[in-house]
Amino acid sequence: MSDQAYNFAYLDEGTKRMIRRAILKGIAVPGYQVPFASREMPMPYGWGTGGVQVTAAVLTPGDVLKVIDQGADDTTNAVSIRKFFQRTAGVATTERTNEATMIQTRHRIPETPLTGDQILVYQVPIPEPMRFLEPRETETRRIHALADYGLMQVRLYEDIARHGEIATSYAYPVEVAGRYVMDPSPIPKFDNPKLDDCPAIQLFGAGREQRIYALPPYTHVRSLDFEDHPFTASKADHACAICGSGTSYLDEVITDDAGGRMFVCSDTDYCAQNAKGGA
Amino acid sequence: MTAQILSEGFKDAARDGAHAFRAILTAMARPGTIATLQAASGPAPISPAAATVLLTLCDRTTPLHLAGAHDNPELRDWIAFHCASPFVSAENATFALGDWAALQPVDRFGIGTPEYPDRAATLIVDRHDFDAAPTRLTGPGIRDTATLALPEARAFAANHGLFPLGWDAILTSGSRLAALPRSTEIS
Repeated sequence: MSDQAYNFAYLDEGTKRMIRRAILKGIAVPGYQVPFASREMPMPYGWGTGGVQVTAAVLTPGDVLKVIDQGADDTTNAVSIRKFFQRTAGVATTERTNEATMIQTRHRIPETPLTGDQILVYQVPIPEPMRFLEPRETETRRIHALADYGLMQVRLYEDIARHGEIATSYAYPVEVAGRYVMDPSPIPKFDNPKLDDCPAIQLFGAGREQRIYALPPYTHVRSLDFEDHPFTASKADHACAICGSGTSYLDEVITDDAGGRMFVCSDTDYCAQNAKGGA
Repeated sequence: MTAQILSEGFKDAARDGAHAFRAILTAMARPGTIATLQAASGPAPISPAAATVLLTLCDRTTPLHLAGAHDNPELRDWIAFHCASPFVSAENATFALGDWAALQPVDRFGIGTPEYPDRAATLIVDRHDFDAAPTRLTGPGIRDTATLALPEARAFAANHGLFPLGWDAILTSGSRLAALPRSTEIS
């Protein structure tokens, strides 16, 4: 039951129209960051206000919503955003990836492959992939306009010079449809291959930074690399301590103060289904 | 202003708008897909699909250009009441509404700038003939290839040649809607 004191999905219709227009331009120019007039939301920046605004603008009454935080359905951030939309939109929610029509995510792509009937919304802290290399917005904007991405290749090269390999392990930069370099949000690089040729629509919202960008389905997304140092999707070299999966992305959990640790799936739904033998 | 002009908007703005936007998003993200959209209707000659697009996306912040038969007093009144979009010339338009022939020449419309390619017009091509000979499409949003009838394949191919600049098009007729973003390659 939704809270009738709020408009459907919290935002007013004028705000939704503005966000919807930005999403459509983002779809039309895949990987380009569309500026939008981000609103103050009833949660602090850093809690996914960008993702929440995109979800609110795209959500329909018939949707089934799943919210994950680092792959988990049961952490504070995921639970509070799920409750927010239960209350303001009255939509059904689920923790099952294959039952969801909309998934809002913080920093993971579900292990279960997405389908063409789903929309994945990412919460993005810093949308500009070049930001830590070039702090000036005027310059990064020109870099994108000219597709002058040499600086990023130099950064990856410096990784190799220092560490012998590309040490960037999350927010690994990608090239979208042969044009824009994009920050896929701080997902582990393990998830990067799932961005490519994905049947689902992928939308990215950065609330504090006021940017929306998008990947239409079946868009070619290439992780930047070098011929002699090709991209590799890495994960901890263990099996999950709960479900035994050897292929899913793992979190390292410290279990005591004597060096004890365990590795468990970061995707709680996948882990639970796999433990039951059903994934 | 007649009662007819005041009515025929969304019955439930939030929910009708949400469903309509999902249909438009799907069409824009998956070129070649034809959606059904008829949550609103306006004075002739605007189609229910185009009227629904206006109510979903246009408001007082989006300058609108009306072309040809769509530039008539009844439709202007309807848009003024429901959307409040300012009416402007083609060069200054964020959205443009008209038949393909009336929208010519399409190189008048904004294509964005290299720094801000999002500042480009969206053309709502009404009374589109969905049953004309289909054109083959490839690009983002399309698995292998898709097909869609286009009013003039050459103009869309030229527009794609400007990528990442260029306008985007929403094609409507009756309750049917398709979209063609500038990213789509025409072959």
